[in-house]
Amino acid sequence: MTQDALISVRGLRTAFGPHVIHENLDLDIRRGEILGLVGGSGTGKTVLLNTILGLKQPDGGDVFFEGHRYGGLSRADRHRVNSRWGVLFQNGALFTSLTVRENVMAPLREHVSMPQELMEEIAGMKIGLAGLSPEAADRYPSELSGGMRKRAALARALALDPDILFLDEPTAGLDPIGAAAFDSLILELSQALGLTVLMITHDLDSLHAICDRVAVLADKKVEAVAPLEALMRNPHPWIQEYFHGPRGRAATAGQGG
Amino acid sequence: MRGKALEAVDSAGVVVRQDGAKTVVELFGDWTVETIGASDGALRRVEETTAPGDIVIDLTRLGRIDTAGAFIIGRVTRRCGEPDGDFHFIGDHPTARRLIEEVRARTTVCADEPPSTFGFGKALGRIGAGLEAMFSEILDTLGFLGRTMMTGFSSLFVPSRLRLTPTIWAMEEVGVNAMPIIATLSFFIGAVVAYMGANLLQGLGFSVFTVELVGIAVLREFGVLITAIMLAGRSDSAFTAQIGAMKMQQEVDAMRVLGLDPFEVLVLPRVIACTLMAPLLTFGAMIAGIFGGMLVAWSAQDISPSLFITRFHEQLDWSHFLVGMSKAPVFGLVVAIIGCRQGMQVGGDVESLGRRVTASVVQSIFAVIVLEALFAMLYLELGI
Repeated sequence: MTQDALISVRGLRTAFGPHVIHENLDLDIRRGEILGLVGGSGTGKTVLLNTILGLKQPDGGDVFFEGHRYGGLSRADRHRVNSRWGVLFQNGALFTSLTVRENVMAPLREHVSMPQELMEEIAGMKIGLAGLSPEAADRYPSELSGGMRKRAALARALALDPDILFLDEPTAGLDPIGAAAFDSLILELSQALGLTVLMITHDLDSLHAICDRVAVLADKKVEAVAPLEALMRNPHPWIQEYFHGPRGRAATAGQGG
Repeated sequence: MRGKALEAVDSAGVVVRQDGAKTVVELFGDWTVETIGASDGALRRVEETTAPGDIVIDLTRLGRIDTAGAFIIGRVTRRCGEPDGDFHFIGDHPTARRLIEEVRARTTVCADEPPSTFGFGKALGRIGAGLEAMFSEILDTLGFLGRTMMTGFSSLFVPSRLRLTPTIWAMEEVGVNAMPIIATLSFFIGAVVAYMGANLLQGLGFSVFTVELVGIAVLREFGVLITAIMLAGRSDSAFTAQIGAMKMQQEVDAMRVLGLDPFEVLVLPRVIACTLMAPLLTFGAMIAGIFGGMLVAWSAQDISPSLFITRFHEQLDWSHFLVGMSKAPVFGLVVAIIGCRQGMQVGGDVESLGRRVTASVVQSIFAVIVLEALFAMLYLELGI
């Protein structure tokens, strides 16, 4: 286990019945990096995320958080670990019966004790951090556009000042301008707040723009983890196809690299 | 140092002291989202009572800090023209200054929520709004009824447009599957009526009149009422939930785009099924209710089933049965219309689905009881 790994996955096995998704999967997320996770549909990217988050029990292997085995933590420690995570689910997963501000306040209410007024101010600050206008704070998720909903979900993920942010396809369903703006928002926030980010994405432009390293999920394990340039020289056929197919080439050309 | 370790964090502390003209706010401990709650009041007081230019923040003994801590520290100097000027800070901290500036740059002050007012005027306003909403609901429901009728008539001329499979499916859902529970309920209602009659009539020596009591009560009112209330609680809520869920998933929009009329595909089959099945269910409920009354009469008053049935035939007019049956399709229609309309009203969120299902059940039971009263008045005037 490398010293600077914030989260390490070792020997993970995931299976649904006879259908094996992950076999002997290893992955390290280093402190302060933005790690992209790519893989074909059905290779278990979201399942891997859920396993790291503890939403799903691994069928074998372990997840370590700062060297502590997640499964071996006490309830209180696990609670404390959870408060250091921010998660942006694929569809935002905002609570539809609460306004955006109340959504952001939900984790604050659960984890910390502070006066109501301060809580509202901090929620307002997080909404601003996520790049939403103040008027959006008192609207319900159903009244927001897709891009605004993602930002609101990001504000909620940031509510407890997490050390590590998990993003499940943050730019899916956004227009190219909105996606680029969201990418740069994540990059700026991760630099300003010193975040570690694990990002599942299919967006080649996002990979180019903000990821320090990219992990490729193929053949039931992490086939390669490397900075993008190194990865593109990897001879694995799926990786070649992924990065050198027509869309991959276009994204590369767009980045001038 | 940013971030929280697995071990417990130090609590945040603040000491305010005067240094000449300056007010020095000395911070110590960790200022993170978990710890700052207790220091909020002290910092607010400093902000409110001190001239903004005279505030100096001492970062020397500050521990860890996160954005929430940076926000609350930065708030102290926000009224100053130069909130992040060097004269505001003494002491070194690796990240605090940068974080405070970052947070300030990205924070947009949210408008306060409008204060909610209470009082007599507000109460009157709510009553008025409620009444208005009720009238518009009634009007919309009538509109929906008209729209469904039009769809029904046009299907009459082009019978191939009638969706047979969903109609049969809805008939099974609404009718066949509801029969056991409606029969059981009606059985008990009939039994209860017979017991009440047994107590009252036996004292007067007319215990044989139990037959008439059970017969009239179950045939005229209870059979159809139990059926309608069960339809409202069981099928009407299901209609609202089914159509509402489809509305939420944009399936209804997809239908419209594909050239399918949701009234034809979703509403009409359910309305037809409910209207047709309600009389059949009512008939079943009547039989079960009379059977319940007969068993009680037999066990509690020694009125044998053969005597019960003979007297039933002799004393009770067919009109009681017809009165009960005549109400059934009306109740079925009303329940189905309300259920489908509320389903079509569901918006994009889960909460509106819950609200609509509740409204649908409440409205349909309300409508059934009101119509029941109107029918009673009508038949009384007609002398049936």
